[in-house]
Amino acid sequence: MSGPRIGILALQGDVREHARALSAAGARPVEVRRLAELAAVDGLVLPGGESTTIGRLLRVFELLEPLRAAVVAGLPVFGSCAGMILLARDVVDGRPDQPLIGGLDMVVRRNAFGRQVDSFEVDLDVVGVEGPPVHAVFIRAPWVDKAGDAVEVLARVAEAPVAVRQGPLLATAFHPELTGDSRMHRLFVDIVRSSGSGR
Amino acid sequence: MAPDWSEKRRHIMSQGQTAATAGPATDSARHAGTARVKRGMAEMLKGGVIMDVVTAEQARIAEDAGAVAVMALERVPADIRAQGGVARMSDPDMISEIIEAVSIPVMAKARIGHFVEAQVLQALGVDYVDESEVLTPADPHHHIDKWSFTVPFVCGATNLGEALRRIAEGAAMIRSKGEAGTGEVSNAVVHMRTIRAEIGRLSALPAEELYAAAKELRAPVELVAEVARLGHLPVVLFTAGGIATPADAALMMQLGADGVFVGSGIFKSGDPARRARAIVEATTMFNDPDVLVKVSRGLGEAMVGINVAELPPAARYADRGW
Repeated sequence: MSGPRIGILALQGDVREHARALSAAGARPVEVRRLAELAAVDGLVLPGGESTTIGRLLRVFELLEPLRAAVVAGLPVFGSCAGMILLARDVVDGRPDQPLIGGLDMVVRRNAFGRQVDSFEVDLDVVGVEGPPVHAVFIRAPWVDKAGDAVEVLARVAEAPVAVRQGPLLATAFHPELTGDSRMHRLFVDIVRSSGSGR
Repeated sequence: MAPDWSEKRRHIMSQGQTAATAGPATDSARHAGTARVKRGMAEMLKGGVIMDVVTAEQARIAEDAGAVAVMALERVPADIRAQGGVARMSDPDMISEIIEAVSIPVMAKARIGHFVEAQVLQALGVDYVDESEVLTPADPHHHIDKWSFTVPFVCGATNLGEALRRIAEGAAMIRSKGEAGTGEVSNAVVHMRTIRAEIGRLSALPAEELYAAAKELRAPVELVAEVARLGHLPVVLFTAGGIATPADAALMMQLGADGVFVGSGIFKSGDPARRARAIVEATTMFNDPDVLVKVSRGLGEAMVGINVAELPPAARYADRGW
C-alpha cells in the first residue's frame, strides 16, 4: 500500500472511525500512544473524545511537549471536536488547568452548543470540499470564539466558525469520521502530501 | 450506504411524536436526538472510564483523574446492597450540583421501565440515562421506549439477545451487567465473552439461518442480520459490574470492551483519587504490562467485595431485566 502514514492519537476517543475514514481517503492509518510511534508519522489526527481526559493522558504519558514541538516544526494535524479544542491557543468554559497542544491561533468555547440533548446533525458548505454539502454531526461540540488573521474559516453554523485551517493544521467542531463521507479526511491527506513530509 | 434499520425504526416509532426535531435548535435544518447523534456520543467515550459518584466532590475527583464521564447516583451499588430498601432515581438537586461541578458528561440512572424518571433526567439536562438493574425495577414486563427520548440511553446486557432487545427499544450504548457492587469481575467477564462468542457464531451463519437465529435470540431479524454483517454490535459495548482494580479494567479491555464503567470500586477503596487515575491509565494502556505494573503499585486497599457465588439468587442484579 502507498499513501502517507497518518497517526491517530489513541489515548481515548473514536480512533477506529478516523482509521476507517483515513483508509478511505488513501492514507495508511496507525495508532499513536508512544513517542516512538509519533516520530514515525507524516501527519496526525486528534480524534473526538473528552478533551480533559486526552489532555491529562498526554501529560501522564509524556506526549504533550513532544507534540507541541512537532506542531511548531510543521507536522500536519487534523483535530475533530476534542481534537479542535486541543489545537486551540486557549479554551473558554473548559477547566483552567486543561492541557492544550496549541498551534491554531484561536480561542474555542467548549460545549458551546449545549449538552447532549442539544447535539445535532446539519448539512454544511465547507470551503475546499467539492460536491454536495458535508453532513456534519455535532456532539457536545465546541465552536471558535475568536480567531487570528492567519486562521482561515472553512465553515460556520449560524455565525460561529466550526471548521478552520491555518497552514498544515485543520480542525472541525463536528465529526466527519462518523458519516462515511471521507472528503474532509481527503482534504487533510492532501495537506499532508503537499507538506512535503510524505515519505 | 446500507439502509440504517435503526433510523427507519426510529422514524416508525416516532410517528406522532416530535423527538426528531425536539431540542432548542434554532435552525430548522438541524436534527437533534437522532440515532447517529445518540450513538455518536457513546463513540466519543471509547477507551475511557465512567465513574459512579454520589457527591459533587467525588465528581471533581473523577474529572481530575481523567474520567470521560460520571454517573450521578445517590448510593453506589455496594451501599444499595448493604442497606437494602427500594433504590430509585437520585435527588434532582444532587444531580444538578454534579452537572454544575464538572465539565465532562454526566449520566444518571433510571429504574427499568420507569419512563417518568427518565423524563425527569432528560429535563434536568443529563447527557445519558442508564436504565439500570442496580435500581429496583419499576416494571416487570416492559423496558422504557427509548426511541421517544432526545437523551440517549445505555442499558445492561448479559448476552447478545438481551443486548439486541435493548437496542431494538432504542438503547444507543450497551454495557455488560456484571454483578454490580461486589467488586468481583467474574460476571462481567462471562457477559463479555458470551456476547462476543454469540456475535462470532452469527457471523459464520449462512443468511437463510439468520431467521431461526433471531427466533432463538428473541431479537428482531433485521438487527440480527446487521450484527452478522458488521461482526459487532451497531452500538458501543462497554463493560460494567465488579471492576475494582487497574488489572480488572485492562482485562475487560483485552476481552473486547470499548470502555469501562467503575461503580463502587473507586470510592469504596482506600485512596479513591489514586485508584481512579490508575484505572484510567490502565484502560488506555490495557495492552502494555509495563504500564500496568507501574499503575498497580501502591494503590492502598481495594474494596473488600463479595464473592458472587455466595450471593443468593434474589440478591443478583444481573437477573433483573430480560
